[in-house]
Amino acid sequence: MIRVYIEGVGLRGPGLDGWAASLPVLSGAVAHVPAPVSVPPSALLPPNERRRAVQTVRLTLAVGAEAFAAAGRDAGETATIFTSSGGDGDTIHEILNVLASSNRELSPTRFHNSVHNTPAGYWGIATESRAPSSTLCCHDDSFAAGLLEAAAQATAERRAVTLIAYDVQYPEPLSLVRPIGAPFGVALVLTPVPTAAARAAVTLTLRPKCGVASAVASPTLEALRRTTPAARSLPLLAALARGVAAAVTLDYLGNLELALDVTPQLDVGAGVGHSEPVAG
Amino acid sequence: MSGMDREPAMPPLAVRDFTVVTSLGAGRAATAAALREGRSGLQPCAFDAVPFATYVGEIAGLDTVPLEHGLAQFDCRLNRLAALTLRQDGFADSIAVARDRYGAERIGVFLGTSTSGLLQTELAYRRREAQTGALPADFDYARTHNTYSLASFVRMALRLAGPAFVVSTACAATAKVFGSAARMIAAGLCDAAVVGGADTLCATTLYGFHSLGVMSDEPCRPFDAERRGISIGEAGGFALLERSTDRIDKDTVFLLGVGESTDAYHMSSPHPEGTGARLAMERALSAAGVDPSEIDYVNLHGTATSVGDAAEDRAVADVIGTTTPCNSTKGFAGHTLGASGVIEAAFCALGILDGFIPGSPHTRTVDPTFRSGYRRDGGPARVDRVLSNSFGFGGANCSVVLGRAA
Repeated sequence: MIRVYIEGVGLRGPGLDGWAASLPVLSGAVAHVPAPVSVPPSALLPPNERRRAVQTVRLTLAVGAEAFAAAGRDAGETATIFTSSGGDGDTIHEILNVLASSNRELSPTRFHNSVHNTPAGYWGIATESRAPSSTLCCHDDSFAAGLLEAAAQATAERRAVTLIAYDVQYPEPLSLVRPIGAPFGVALVLTPVPTAAARAAVTLTLRPKCGVASAVASPTLEALRRTTPAARSLPLLAALARGVAAAVTLDYLGNLELALDVTPQLDVGAGVGHSEPVAG
Repeated sequence: MSGMDREPAMPPLAVRDFTVVTSLGAGRAATAAALREGRSGLQPCAFDAVPFATYVGEIAGLDTVPLEHGLAQFDCRLNRLAALTLRQDGFADSIAVARDRYGAERIGVFLGTSTSGLLQTELAYRRREAQTGALPADFDYARTHNTYSLASFVRMALRLAGPAFVVSTACAATAKVFGSAARMIAAGLCDAAVVGGADTLCATTLYGFHSLGVMSDEPCRPFDAERRGISIGEAGGFALLERSTDRIDKDTVFLLGVGESTDAYHMSSPHPEGTGARLAMERALSAAGVDPSEIDYVNLHGTATSVGDAAEDRAVADVIGTTTPCNSTKGFAGHTLGASGVIEAAFCALGILDGFIPGSPHTRTVDPTFRSGYRRDGGPARVDRVLSNSFGFGGANCSVVLGRAA
């Protein structure tokens, strides 16, 4: 069992245009209305990099920046864990198309954008961060795996760690064998100790699967959760939005589950102060 | 680096067993023999009829390696290489012992790869249905293309049931998994972990590195004054890490420290000052509680690109010094991309156990502007502490410290 505190959240998905704007939808006060996800290129990137930023880069920069702003923490000093069930679908499709053609000359930019850690690379450039960063994949369970790794790093190394989970859709024909519901990105700034910015404590327990994964009440959000791996974070996000204690279960690898106990930290600021965790 | 604080920040983990397959051969004995003899596995590229001259470290016979019973749906070059690697050196037997000891659910599987089963998708795109463009019905996305495929396959083949994921940070991937395993064990989420991974040849990397203009038309010559770029290879390697302190003897190799950093500079070009490389090495030494003067050998990333080697030389000279023996083993098996971290850790572990430093085949004249203690020739040596560097696209850097117990 490990415990971390959530200082800030960033969110982009269909009809989820930022964490703050999505609170009424996630808490159930307002109905969810799906809408196309459009994320403009980030002003954090130098202009030449901004132009060629692919969808996964735009999405992760948007949610990461929002989470750090909410946490009031320096992105340049904070370790990151990125996690995604796939890479940038358009990039890989274009490469595969060229390689299946008679002229197999690849674009060097497209080639370097094909690596799974492309968003982490651009994140480093955008935030001037030289902090440790890793990028994971665990197919449908990529959010649970990323949360586990980020929480393990926060507690084992006594440092703040930001988790950025994201998925985008493939074009055809890959979309026919790997359908993804919609582009979705979520960022969580985690610390091993409570700080003034902490809005919730989350206790994680990895255990043999003994129940079913938590769902969300809204039918359209539940459809998103079922079709988009990063959106498996939605029950946790809904618990955070409601601001009440909640138990959330995430499926992990078929035989395991990740049980999350979420506790709001509404009045912690008065007693604890905005002290940094011990540097890792 | 000050010498004031040398307490390790990371609990050492025993490397209970390890195995490796490269173009040098399958298993530890074949690998150690080639490393001692200075025999390179690089050959003119005959893979996939690429229309330009280059050398590769191709593993013979990968088309016909059978997969474990019931795992036929994972069939692709990557998982065939993983299966071949798992069968070397009695590695699966060591896993069986660990399974009995800890329980399958207490053993994690944290593996790295850069390209996963992408070759399988490349081949599927050449067989798309003419009318609809659909992929062939036999293409299995989850078990071949998806980046998690490798860990899914290995977890099932070894009958393990603990936490698992794949790290894919380009050419630093199988170095970073040592850090992931250390964190997961320290956080109490598992007692032992299988780390490592694999990468195989595919058209994307051959044509991709060619498009960047960093592929040599001769066998790669790391740190040579006339180096002309990389030679791509394929490789698999696995290690079993345990926290336990029993059954330890003088020949037990430990994972002592891991250091990670990001360049924050460019997607495919390293920071020219080696800033990120320097940070990774400093953090690894700090995590290990090891002074730079205690390092007996540095296995460099050293891919033989003009910019990359120069940046790493500068960083190594500054952090480790100018006399500590160091070299790149890329001239043996090529740059095996995501697999390079674990196979070079295995090379280092063999050097510790057998008492030798490998040489640097194909390197003729070390760049006279370099300051690090580069060794063109290997030979017998007492090696107690090593540092191994792996750097990748996206400015992903990782250094690993291995050694005997203090």
